[in-house]
Amino acid sequence: MRAGLIARPLLLIAIPFALSSCGLAPTRPVPAAPAVSSAPTSAPTSDAAITHLLSRITFGPRPGDLERVRSIGGPAYLEQQLHPARIDYAPAAEVVGALPTLSLSIAELLQQYPRPDPALLDRARAGEMSQQEPATMTPPERRPARIVSELAAAKLARAVMSDRQLQEVMVDFWFNHFNVSADKGVVRWYVTAYERDAIRPHALATFRDLVRATAAHPAMLWYLDNWASTRADFVIPQGPNQGRTAGLNENYARELMELHTLGVDGGYTQGDVREVARAFTGWTIDRPREQGRFTFRPAMHDIGPKTVLGHRLPAGGGQADGERVIDILTRHPSTARFIATKLTRRFVADDPPPALVARVAAVYQRTDGDIRAMLRTILTAPEFYAASARRAKIKKPFEFVASSVRALGGTVDTRGAEALARAVGTIGERLYQAEPPTGYPDRAEPWINPGALLARLNFALHLSGNRLDGVRVDPVALVRGADRTRPDDVLDHLLGTVLLGQATAGTRAVLAAQLEDARVVRKTADDRGPADTDVGLLTALVLGSPEFQRR
Amino acid sequence: MRSEILTRRVFVKGGACALLATTAAPMLLVRTARAAEGRRRVLVAVFQRGAVDGLAMIPPYGDPAHASARPAIAIQPPRRGDTERALDLDGFFALHPALAPLMPLWTDRALAVVHACGSPDVSRSHFDAQDYMESGTPGVKTTPDGWLARALGTLPDAGSPLRAVALGAALPRSLRGDRGAIAMQSVRDFDVRAATSAAAPRGFEALYEQGVRDLLHGTGRDTFHAVKAVRTAGAAGLAPAHGAQYPRTRFGEAMRQIGQLIRADVGLEIAFTDVGGWDTHVGQGNERGQLAVRLQDFATTLAAFARDLGDRMADVVVLTMSEFGRTIGENGNRGTDHGHATAMLVMGGSVRGGRVYGRWPGLRVDQRFEGRDLAVTTDFRSLFIEVARRHLRVAPAASIFPGWTPRAPLDLFA
Repeated sequence: MRAGLIARPLLLIAIPFALSSCGLAPTRPVPAAPAVSSAPTSAPTSDAAITHLLSRITFGPRPGDLERVRSIGGPAYLEQQLHPARIDYAPAAEVVGALPTLSLSIAELLQQYPRPDPALLDRARAGEMSQQEPATMTPPERRPARIVSELAAAKLARAVMSDRQLQEVMVDFWFNHFNVSADKGVVRWYVTAYERDAIRPHALATFRDLVRATAAHPAMLWYLDNWASTRADFVIPQGPNQGRTAGLNENYARELMELHTLGVDGGYTQGDVREVARAFTGWTIDRPREQGRFTFRPAMHDIGPKTVLGHRLPAGGGQADGERVIDILTRHPSTARFIATKLTRRFVADDPPPALVARVAAVYQRTDGDIRAMLRTILTAPEFYAASARRAKIKKPFEFVASSVRALGGTVDTRGAEALARAVGTIGERLYQAEPPTGYPDRAEPWINPGALLARLNFALHLSGNRLDGVRVDPVALVRGADRTRPDDVLDHLLGTVLLGQATAGTRAVLAAQLEDARVVRKTADDRGPADTDVGLLTALVLGSPEFQRR
Repeated sequence: MRSEILTRRVFVKGGACALLATTAAPMLLVRTARAAEGRRRVLVAVFQRGAVDGLAMIPPYGDPAHASARPAIAIQPPRRGDTERALDLDGFFALHPALAPLMPLWTDRALAVVHACGSPDVSRSHFDAQDYMESGTPGVKTTPDGWLARALGTLPDAGSPLRAVALGAALPRSLRGDRGAIAMQSVRDFDVRAATSAAAPRGFEALYEQGVRDLLHGTGRDTFHAVKAVRTAGAAGLAPAHGAQYPRTRFGEAMRQIGQLIRADVGLEIAFTDVGGWDTHVGQGNERGQLAVRLQDFATTLAAFARDLGDRMADVVVLTMSEFGRTIGENGNRGTDHGHATAMLVMGGSVRGGRVYGRWPGLRVDQRFEGRDLAVTTDFRSLFIEVARRHLRVAPAASIFPGWTPRAPLDLFA
């Protein structure tokens, strides 16, 4: 089985790719791959192609990655990445293991990282103390804010140091697709479990499982308010709202169709929103501030018949109504197209090639939403390796920060990982705190603006200067073997390791011109020639270059 | 019925104006005099993301269907001397009590409300509706640029690299479109922090000066021009004037810094910022609660901004907007779901404030949009174009909203 999985793509290697990528030959028709699929495929064989693959399925190459992938072959590397359980994850596991909140259950987090005393909050509201004061009454290591800080630190530690790179890319992708924000109420205590239990296990599995896991997770139930949605005439039996009549809440139903499955133009109506909301009544949370567990409450459920996108749901379906809706939505061709579009946008280009999207959508429908199969289609497509797709994507802040540390061969401890997570926020991507259900955009324009660019440059200076607590980089090691008294040699080593030779002539010329500056290249005492090159500063310039903002 | 309500409102309004004429006149004179100097005019656009409940911001307590539509969350109608309830505006509409900091601006006729305002598009998707409002083309997703970028493009360019600035992490859709708009999270941090060597800023600048025409290089070039302009003007060092105290919230910080840029004369013409937290599906609250807390921040900030700018408000208009409103009826969770029309505010400049503009469609079920939501009687473009033309002095022939012809003006400005 294992050998087969690796071998199959090897059979599909298309020779034309390697040639056309060098500009030597026009693309020739790809030989049909017998018995598997008539879809065109391609595989990375040249260094440029492997670098491209690495830039898309990892958070950027580390020194030596290109050589490692070259030795086992691009297709084999891709298959490895599609099966992360086979990859050792030790260095990142150590950092994550040192973050206590990552392994706790929701109930444990609620108990061990309690909210400030409500009495204190009341006093703050009444102006008897500042808004910040109630939080400061708890020791820092027990404050709820720790939960998100540690989760974000774990995300950075994994992105920088785990070898299960594609898995981390997909966890980030799916979390964003099924976004929840830690800033909304009790989600702060749920978000760790949400990523760990609802997203991560299914990141490379089946799309339906992701929808099912997120639909029933307390984080989503709270974030999109489904926990409180009830049949129209439900009278609340106990608690502060005892005796009050509750009713339907449309929030989750709408976003489930608009953002999670069909897409906004996927063919649903306001009537469908109501019907889907009715189907999910009763999907709620058991004691949100003590247990935070999914539960189905039949008393809250609307038992009447429903019609969703033309499908009849007979009366009395109970919890199965929601399951049935998930089936209807995940089998819908609009969902196949929507998910194919988003995946292709992530891996290929902001405006994904329509022919490839169509092929990926077909794979979705044929495989019932098999994520690996869709990724394989994208990552072996000629469109993926096309010249127009190279460095076509702008790194979002998280990708920029992680790839910078990786490019310098850096390592982090827990403090360093937290410092990196803060830097990501400063550049504009506050991790786990995207407020809208759309999550963060996956297009260039929102991420490229003067404030964000300056934040990137400042991060590059801090990192290269080793001024981030707990992050260790050694720029000098990148130019090992170079003659430090020959600034040109130092620069070429740096461009080779950090940009893998992908600097444009213009950028190289600009950087070479900086070598004339006495602050970059120190002269010998008798001023006769270069004595030493400020490798840290040059490295910052390379990380701040236009090329490094792209993947 | 409708005209009766309208007449009564105008009548009550007229009375209020007459009463206030003595206090309001000097301020109006100051404003007019300032504007006449021909100083650069500034528009500050504030987007309330998440769809703010216009019926809570500006409760139409005079509508007979108001109280019954919202048993738990309707804002209690005004009662003289009671600041815990809605604050009367004109005998029909009122101000949410948390918006009390805006009341002096209303009585000074520096603040106007446009109610039942929104998009002709029926989408209840936050994302699509925001996109349509910011592109200025409801129903059209392919419009490449934003309405504020187009407005900027029609105005004479005096060469400042800071003509349009968004305070926030991303450049909003409203300002996209290659007009050199700048986004920044912080005026103070808008620089290269070269602790070790002054060679770094020069090197970065050179990297982006290459003659490549793409988003990244273009942005890089804009960046370094803007950095120098902000530094030269000393904007980051300006403390709020006139004792203004901004809340230490994201919105408060954003508006405080917009104030700095205006007062430092960096050549700002259009500023943008956004403020979230309006998607109140559960437990929205009434006079107090979740929404009231947001409104408090909103109003305190806007009032601080007006105070900070002082006379300068004669050249500055603040326009607030939100992608749609919320259901007239409350939902099962004492919240509201996605609706249609909402209320927008116009503050400063030569606005003829102290009035609620727009035809009131009514809250009765048969008066509602699709039987559930507040109907749109003022297309948001009617409001936006009027602000662009009358305040920013965009030429009447300029096409800011392609494919759309303005109807009768609201006549918001003196």
